[in-house]
Amino acid sequence: MNVILDIRNLTRQHGTGDQAVHALRGVDLSVAAGELVAVMGPSGSGKSTLLTCAGGLDQPTSGEILIDGNDLATLSRNAVAALRRRRIGYVFQDFNLIPALTAAENVALPLELDGTRARTARKYAEAALLEVAIPELANRFPDDMSGGQRQRVAIARAIVGDRRLLLADEPTGALDSDTGEAVLQLLRDRCDQHGIAGVLVTHDARHAAWADRVVYLRDGVLVGQAGPLPEADVLLETH
Amino acid sequence: MSIKHGLLALLRTEAKYGYQLRGEFEAATGATWPLNIGQVYTTLTRLERDGLVAAAPGEGDGDGRSMYEITDAGRAELTNWFETPVTRESRPRDELAIKLALALAVPGVNVTAVVHRQRTSTMQALQELTRLKRQSADGEISWRLVLESMIFAAEAEIRWLDHCEAMLSRHQKSQPPKAGTPKQQNTTPGVRR
Repeated sequence: MNVILDIRNLTRQHGTGDQAVHALRGVDLSVAAGELVAVMGPSGSGKSTLLTCAGGLDQPTSGEILIDGNDLATLSRNAVAALRRRRIGYVFQDFNLIPALTAAENVALPLELDGTRARTARKYAEAALLEVAIPELANRFPDDMSGGQRQRVAIARAIVGDRRLLLADEPTGALDSDTGEAVLQLLRDRCDQHGIAGVLVTHDARHAAWADRVVYLRDGVLVGQAGPLPEADVLLETH
Repeated sequence: MSIKHGLLALLRTEAKYGYQLRGEFEAATGATWPLNIGQVYTTLTRLERDGLVAAAPGEGDGDGRSMYEITDAGRAELTNWFETPVTRESRPRDELAIKLALALAVPGVNVTAVVHRQRTSTMQALQELTRLKRQSADGEISWRLVLESMIFAAEAEIRWLDHCEAMLSRHQKSQPPKAGTPKQQNTTPGVRR
């Protein structure tokens, strides 16, 4: 099994001493290529912290995070930033598109920031928009799109180029249920057909059920997981 | 589940054999409620006794089985069934709610663990249903409706379990630490009996 994201004994503490708040405590989580894992839990359980740590946006207090075999702690700040730009895609609830840029420009942006020439980046962006089935919206601005269309642009931006890890934080939160399901279908297809490892944070069981595995966080601790994979069942027995 | 009304519905347009009814029932509900042929004939016999169906005149299928047709009384019964909402009370008692209530009432049971195990199990069922839904995106609408009904039910159960866990957590925090053994008359706020 080709593990893309490997989180080992991850602890994230905010503050120190009496003021210390443990956002995450001893979390282990592996996500293989082609696998979609959903993270569920009440608000304040550490779901989003887990995602920001996994994406190299936040540093763990202790523990290891390996992406495609690279231990983030051993990489320079620049190397982590480069890994983030090239290998990791993020999808957020509120899309985070830049209103002054068209769909294609939004999608091309991470590649251009990484030094790809504008024309090449544009080609990749158009290919990504085609993959999320909205090639005709390339020159449209976010304000002229529906919520579902904007989320598709955000997903195109998250998968543009050669990404290995897709991190989605409540990607369906601002969408109606049919549009939300279409977004899940899209994430699922990316994992199934392109071997991307996906992590989906959601409070919605209906959406989590699209994942291969569902893990539960409570007060910063993984308290259980559900999934048809035999490995998951073995883990359950030992808990 | 009302096999009786299911069979009446399938007989509404024309007379049918028992094995036909079984096949059509399973096709309409996506084999969610598999019927054995014995159940079908037992139900048909009762329906005939109650005057809701009658053996159709004419020849059998060669093996001595005859076709059944719906009677006027049967049509009235069927219309009434479609027009009457299914009440919550007419469903079987909720074993899970009873199990949790008892887990709280009886000392020595880790209720949170019961909730976690149930949620894991229900989530696995929901994952399986979602997989079926993806496979049957172009399938029969009747089957997809039944599937959605089961998805909504599983989703509601998980939401309820999350709610239970939050309630239990608040309840445990508000309780002073227990000294000694639990009292016999252990009243549990939040649980009505």
